[in-house]
Amino acid sequence: MKYTTVIGLEVHSELKTKSKAFCSCSTEFGGAPNTHVCPVCLGMPGALPVLNRQVVEFAIRTGLALDCEIKKFNKFDRKNYFYPDLSKNYQISQFDKPICEQGHIDIEVDGNTKRIGITRIHMEEDAGKLVHSGATIKSSDSSAVDYNRAGVPLIEIVSEPDMRSSAEARAYLAKLKAILEYTDVSDCKMQEGSLRCDANISVMPEGSSEFGTRAEIKNLNSFRALERAIEYEVQRQIELIEDGGTVVQETRTWDDAKGMTLSMRSKEEAHDYRYFPEPDLVPVEIDDAWIARVKSELPELPAARKARLMKEKGLVDYDAENIVAVKAMAEYFDEAAKHTDDAKGIANWMLGDVSAYLNSENVTIEDFPIAPANLGEMVNLINKGVLSSKLAKKVFAEMLKTNKEPKVLVKELGLEQISDEGAIVKIVEETLAENPQSVADYKAGKDRALGFLVGQIMKKSRGKANPEMVNNLLKEKMR
Amino acid sequence: MKVTTKDVEYIAQLSRLTIPEGEMEKFTEQFNQILNYADILNKLDTTGIEPTANVLPLSNVLREDVAIEGVSQEVALANAPEAFEGGFKVPRVIE
Ligand SMILES: [Zn+2]
Repeated sequence: MKYTTVIGLEVHSELKTKSKAFCSCSTEFGGAPNTHVCPVCLGMPGALPVLNRQVVEFAIRTGLALDCEIKKFNKFDRKNYFYPDLSKNYQISQFDKPICEQGHIDIEVDGNTKRIGITRIHMEEDAGKLVHSGATIKSSDSSAVDYNRAGVPLIEIVSEPDMRSSAEARAYLAKLKAILEYTDVSDCKMQEGSLRCDANISVMPEGSSEFGTRAEIKNLNSFRALERAIEYEVQRQIELIEDGGTVVQETRTWDDAKGMTLSMRSKEEAHDYRYFPEPDLVPVEIDDAWIARVKSELPELPAARKARLMKEKGLVDYDAENIVAVKAMAEYFDEAAKHTDDAKGIANWMLGDVSAYLNSENVTIEDFPIAPANLGEMVNLINKGVLSSKLAKKVFAEMLKTNKEPKVLVKELGLEQISDEGAIVKIVEETLAENPQSVADYKAGKDRALGFLVGQIMKKSRGKANPEMVNNLLKEKMR
Repeated sequence: MKVTTKDVEYIAQLSRLTIPEGEMEKFTEQFNQILNYADILNKLDTTGIEPTANVLPLSNVLREDVAIEGVSQEVALANAPEAFEGGFKVPRVIE
């Protein structure tokens, strides 16, 4: 039987505020355990929460960027459960009245545009961190709890179950991450946990209108993990059904090393959160003026930036899409493009050698050693004929090490392309004199002889002779 | 009877409380008394009235986003039954 995969994503994003959601502790990442804490985030009896204005501001901004409706009446609720990372034994969240509803993101997969619905966005607080005594949670006899992260503001963005493949899920997450970066509401560092993703996955017979039972997969810390986990889980569910079994609704965790999803059985028997309105916080009412102001301050979003790069810089769709996918890449591009008229050349280098370097070194563009101005200058040198594309690669490799100006490196490495006609004529004449047989062959109609002669000249000039001039001069001299 | 001993057991379990065997009946009875008392409110006609989110006549109590030094690790851990490497030591999480 053929099956259709149904995927919905729940994305948690830590907001880039200076202080926590309900107390004034610092949100700075790292720091010794339990040093960014106070009676509120430690859950001391009698401590009272006060909401950080910036949390509401960021949530509105995100909602507007995702074309959501911003709800004017907001309240908070307590989600009750026992887990050591939760100091109060409840998490302050929004249950039935999320701040944003009904938004969407348009994704592109294989050249097709698809709209993925966003059900809701709500504000809540993060939990603390458990450091296990053993290698894994299962093999640990005890854990140490650090509440530095407890109370850091989060938004949870819940999608509709609109995705049908791991590629669509990846495209959705990439687009969402880009929007969160562009709006400057989150660092979106998946490694540090400031962007986290859970996937609800089910399968149903092709053509069915009823979704299958879903499993919720947690611990997806990278795009690769998301894709692999979806592919594994879909296969697991299909095999289970084909073998006559049934999928149970449960939470599973992705084990990246094993490459599989595993059932999570915690001490908690049932997920009965007993939500009720948080009595320690009063409602938040958002008026039209507030929404209008946030809207007027909304920065340029990826879609608009892409359109701008295509219109003003002449980039093709594919290049523009890939440049704007990461905000810092787009910023690097804009900066480099200030130093050359050849924006297309910048795009080619960024999506080629620059991206290859970032991938192989596993670093982001923020840590890329070559200054944007130097990349722009190098493209100019290529266009002026000073550097051949082959020598440009040498200069590029040297800039990675030294970040010196390309002009300086060309001199230091003695790489200037020889475009002086007199100098080239001299080498051409020498070469012709040394290879009378090849000259005769060429005149007898053997074109391969020309290639040989060009090769000899490039060798003599140590690759620096302008190839176009060499070709023209050779033909002229042998006419 | 609205609440049975089974419900009380479940709520006790969710609350991580152990109710001594002999007192289960007493708790069940008290739970029911509380719920019956609250039932008086159900007699009121509340059609067209928005649920109350908070009893205070206030909204938008907000603070500016300014970070302030909290308490030290030593103070934070002062009441911890056990500490380990700056953290609150807790027993095995998953069975
Ligand atoms: Zn605090």
